[in-house]
Amino acid sequence: MVFDPTVAVYALIAFMFLGSIIAIEARDLLSTVISVSAVGAALSVIALLVGAPDISITQVVVEVLCLIVLIRVVVTRQDETVDAHPSDAATAMGLAFAAFLVVVCAVGFVGLRPFGQPLLADAKVGAGTMGAQYLEQSFASTGSPNAVMGVLLDFRAYDTLGEATVIFAAVIGTYVLLRKVGRKNA
Amino acid sequence: MIQPGTMPYILAILVLAVGVYAVSCKKNVVKIIVGIMIMEHAVNLFLLLMTYRASEAGVVAPILTRGQDAAAFAATAADPTPQALILTSIVIGLGVVALMVAMALRLHEKYGTFDLSRIRSLRG
Repeated sequence: MVFDPTVAVYALIAFMFLGSIIAIEARDLLSTVISVSAVGAALSVIALLVGAPDISITQVVVEVLCLIVLIRVVVTRQDETVDAHPSDAATAMGLAFAAFLVVVCAVGFVGLRPFGQPLLADAKVGAGTMGAQYLEQSFASTGSPNAVMGVLLDFRAYDTLGEATVIFAAVIGTYVLLRKVGRKNA
Repeated sequence: MIQPGTMPYILAILVLAVGVYAVSCKKNVVKIIVGIMIMEHAVNLFLLLMTYRASEAGVVAPILTRGQDAAAFAATAADPTPQALILTSIVIGLGVVALMVAMALRLHEKYGTFDLSRIRSLRG
């Protein structure tokens, strides 16, 4: 009997949904930050269940770093405005916009491939898709048994270079915003 | 109207909608940052769900193990392309969060509050 992750995936998405509601409605900012980290942890478990161990590992590492950064901002600052309620009109507008998004996606997803049967599993056109070609050629042409790393570091290495550029720009921006030396009226 | 096979995708969009609500309604800067993080998680989840392939061999990660038949591997493994793109997106998300947190810290340093409506009225 083969393992079918569908039920576990549904349960974990429900957990993510509840965790994100708790995160945005909690009074205490520390509980907010910890709840959003729980959402990320659930995402890493889902990645493990649907056959993406690389994503799972990266998600855990990134989630821990995000938690440290956010706890840094929450714990060291006094925040006295937690009880600020948005106006009723703003809440109604936000809810209406979110509901509109869900309805549009539910209508638009009708033509999508069902869960568990991506295009590369199709009997007729599957063998010609990019994913199937990567799976076939990754080991022979890049030498990497891990097809994801073959795509990331060889077939699409320029994407990874661009990613490194974005990270570098973000680090520079963070440093410029937080520096103390050289600021005129700190 | 809704096909049962696309139900997980719609659930992922529900998580996205929670993030949209947080970004559009909350006044606390930290809550808005958290909303953007939730939206990132939801989009990554949506793309991740599209890579899953149900096969007779169960769930097969796109990693060729020793002794595994290459043809059988190519016929059963999950789609590697979206997985590679999600990896990029997760790491960029970390950079974005770090930058937003730095902006929130500077705002708090200048105005002494995280409340956006009060920051607007202060006119610094």
